[in-house]
Amino acid sequence: MNGPHDMGGFTGFGPVLHEDDEPVWHDGWEPRAFALVLAMGMTGSWNIDEARHARERLPALQYWRSSYYEMRHYALILQMIELGLVTAMEEEKGRMAVPAKPVKRVAKAEMIPAILASGGPASRPSNRRQGFSIGDKIRTRTINPEGHTRLPRYARGKPGEIITVHGTHVFPDSNAHGHGEDPQWLYTVRFTAKDLWGKDTRDAVCIDLWEPYLEATS
Amino acid sequence: MPHDGHHHEHDNEGSELSPLALRVKALESLLVEKGYVDPRALDVLIDTYETKIGPRNGARVVARAWTDPTFADWLTRDATAAIASLGYTGRQGEHMVALFNTPDTHNMIVCTLCSCYPWPVLGLPPVWYKSMPYRSRAVIEPREVLKEFGVTMPDEREVRVWDSTAEVRYLVIPERPTGTEGWSEDELAELVTRNAMIGTGVVTAPA
Repeated sequence: MNGPHDMGGFTGFGPVLHEDDEPVWHDGWEPRAFALVLAMGMTGSWNIDEARHARERLPALQYWRSSYYEMRHYALILQMIELGLVTAMEEEKGRMAVPAKPVKRVAKAEMIPAILASGGPASRPSNRRQGFSIGDKIRTRTINPEGHTRLPRYARGKPGEIITVHGTHVFPDSNAHGHGEDPQWLYTVRFTAKDLWGKDTRDAVCIDLWEPYLEATS
Repeated sequence: MPHDGHHHEHDNEGSELSPLALRVKALESLLVEKGYVDPRALDVLIDTYETKIGPRNGARVVARAWTDPTFADWLTRDATAAIASLGYTGRQGEHMVALFNTPDTHNMIVCTLCSCYPWPVLGLPPVWYKSMPYRSRAVIEPREVLKEFGVTMPDEREVRVWDSTAEVRYLVIPERPTGTEGWSEDELAELVTRNAMIGTGVVTAPA
C-alpha cells in the first residue's frame, strides 16, 4: 500500500535532530509500551509482517505526528482489537470485560533471554528457481498493491543491478495477509542516485528486494 | 501532548501522568489481567535493552575486525556467524551483513519503511534514526544529512545508502583512524561510536 510509512524521498520533515549521549528512553511510559509490544508479539498471535502492516494502516496523520513508541502502541491496540484479544471498551477502561482468548504462548520472565537470543530467522527452504545472479541488470516493477509490500515507492520502475543473493526468505507481501510464507529469492539491488533521483553524483542506494518485485532487462 | 479523547478510571497516583502514559499503564493492567503477558517478563525485556544489549556490543565487533584480519575476513563472508562468535545473536540480527567503509565508499544505513536496525549489536535505535526526517531524507540527500551530523564527504567518495527493507540487518565497519597503531582491542572499542556504526559518523582518534 502507498501508506504513510513509505517515507523515502519525502522532503519537508525538517532537519535530523540528534542528541548526544541519548538515553534509551525519554519518558517512563516508553519502556512499558515497548515491552508490551514485544510481549504481545511473543504470544504468536501475528507475524512480523502483519505487525508492520498494522502500523502502516494507521491513519496517515496519526502515524506522522506520533512518536515511535506511541505509534507502536496504537498499532498494537489495532491488532488486538481486530483479533478479538481485547475489546475497544476494555482498552478504554483498562479492565477485563470479556474472557481472554487462548493464545499460543505466554512468555514468562525466565523464557525471555532464550526467545531474544534465538530470534526469528526469515530464511526458508524453497524449490523455486533462482531467477537472477550477481551482476544481472534488472528493473523493478511498477506496482501499487493495496496490501503490504516492501518495495518502496521511490524504487518502483527503476533500473538496478543485483549485488547480493541472500537465498530464499519469507515473502512479506504474502505473509502479511495470511497467505502463507511463500518463500521467494531475496537480493540486494544497487540503484544509482542518478537513476533514482536524477542526481549527478556517484552515490547509490542498495535495497533488499524479493524476486517478484523484479523483472529482467535486456 | 494532544488530548486523545479517552477517559480512563485510574488510581490517583496517575494524576501526574500524561494521557498517553495513563493509557499505556491501563493497557498493561488489562493485558496482565487477561493473562496475555507476564509483568515480570516486561521487566526482563526492559532491563535487557537498557543494560545488556547496546552499541558497546557493536564496538567490540568493530575493534575485533580492526585488529584481527581473519575475523574481518569472516565478517565479510558470514557476518551472522562471525558476530555470533562474540555472543551477539538473535532478535533483529538474524541475518547480518557487515559493510566496510573504504577510502572510496562510505556506507550509511536507514530503514525508510519502518525502523529496522541491528539490535544485537547496536541495541534499540536512537530517536533520530526512527524519525521522519531521517527516514525520508537519507536516501535522497544523504550528503546533506551527513552534514547535519558534522560529516562532510568528499565528492569523489561514493555515499552508499542501505535501505533495510527485508530481514537483513546491516552494521557499518568504519575506517580505523590513523594514529591508533598498536592500540589494544579494548582501547579501540572505546573510540567506536554508535553513529559510526550506522554511518552517520566517522571514528576519530583523540588529538
